[in-house]
Amino acid sequence: MYKWRWEIFLEQPPGGGGATYLDWVFAGLRLTAAVSLGAWVIALAWGSVMGVFRTYPNKLLRAISTAYVEVFRNIPLLVQLFIWYVVIPELVPASLGTWFKQLNPLLQQFLAAMLCLGFFTGARISEQVRAGIESLARGQKAAGLALGFTMPQTYRYVLLPMAFRLIVPPLSSEILNLFKNSAVASTIGLLELAAMGRQLVDYTAQPYESFIAVTLLYVVLNLLILLLMRWVEGKARVPGFMGGGR
Amino acid sequence: MYEFDWSSIRPGLPFLWTGMKTTLYITVTAMVAGVALGTVLAVLRMSKSRLLAWMSAAYVNAFRSIPLIMVLLWFFLLMPALIERLLNVPRHADTRLTSALVAFSLFQAAYYAEIIRAGIQSVAAGQQGAALALGMSNGQAMRIVILPQAFRNMAPLLLTQTIILFQDTSLVYVSALADFFGVASIIGTRDGRQVELYLFAGAVYFLVCFALSSLVKRWQDRLKGHA
Repeated sequence: MYKWRWEIFLEQPPGGGGATYLDWVFAGLRLTAAVSLGAWVIALAWGSVMGVFRTYPNKLLRAISTAYVEVFRNIPLLVQLFIWYVVIPELVPASLGTWFKQLNPLLQQFLAAMLCLGFFTGARISEQVRAGIESLARGQKAAGLALGFTMPQTYRYVLLPMAFRLIVPPLSSEILNLFKNSAVASTIGLLELAAMGRQLVDYTAQPYESFIAVTLLYVVLNLLILLLMRWVEGKARVPGFMGGGR
Repeated sequence: MYEFDWSSIRPGLPFLWTGMKTTLYITVTAMVAGVALGTVLAVLRMSKSRLLAWMSAAYVNAFRSIPLIMVLLWFFLLMPALIERLLNVPRHADTRLTSALVAFSLFQAAYYAEIIRAGIQSVAAGQQGAALALGMSNGQAMRIVILPQAFRNMAPLLLTQTIILFQDTSLVYVSALADFFGVASIIGTRDGRQVELYLFAGAVYFLVCFALSSLVKRWQDRLKGHA
């Protein structure tokens, strides 16, 4: 019979220097949040640029952004992570590669995971940005140009402000996906939430308590982001557009 | 400059192929089981019974809010004990493949269920009315009239989800189960050629997924043309 010992979270790991197992779990949670937020910044910035390129009247820019999206969507996230972590440091110029390999291992894992998740999510965001721009009436672009805006200005002042408000709902589900996907970073040894769950199993031999705690934290995190994004969606809604009446 | 050495790949091909077979086996099993269970979940979600609808929604939302890796870890932890109790398999039997199959099927069902629900809702309400007016029961209307049309509409989306599933199977890495990526990783570590093997694995995944998703896209465009 399994012996439940929930008090395990208040105990200290051997040689833990005053930290309890609960502190470990929260340290994992902080890393999950940090790597996801960092990746989100990259994804939003890079994904927006690529999304604009996909709709831009220039063949070369379109080809670049299409290639980016197809490559990053058709290779499993796990494989991409190992490519960022193991392959790219070998292929970049030697000085940069050596710099990376001499970093603190935690920082190496963190950077690889953040870049990987950022560019992976960026490919999905660029598709949303493209869909947002394409959903606007064609006359909007024509009107911008007719007013004397240059093409970049038309994007900046006419198309994007509207497109971004329209795609807030799909972007919120991308944030949720990003947080869940960040668990993949555990495979290269980053001690984020999921990895911390496994480490707790090894240390405490109480697998169920550890996994239940970690799983519940993911569910809570998911709910919090969901509520936050509901609020943002309410703010961003455009009257007169899909679900936007007001 | 890094010097590539691709010589590990050719002798490794038979081993890589056994890994690919494991990947495909998990993908196909989880697709069939996932679509079957997903259909049940979708129909329950729209049932008149509040309790059944709530249970289906809870299942779908629970699986959708947990990372796949956590689900896999749970099943690799729980299944051995469970299988031992139910099937009397000795404790040291390798249950990782079974665990992976069950985990992927249950997890994917939640995602398929949402697609199938949208597909059912896309079939005009008049169809259900017409079927009922012809004297069919609710179950018959669903089986004979609504589901066949719904599946035709959503087949491309189900396939797209299956391509994602094919990519996600690489996560069995957490149990050291030798799927395609697992084998590539084993060979790469053994020969000190991880760079080449990871790039090769990435290229293979890319070719398969890109080809499949291009086909799905063409199919989708054709369906739209008919509508």
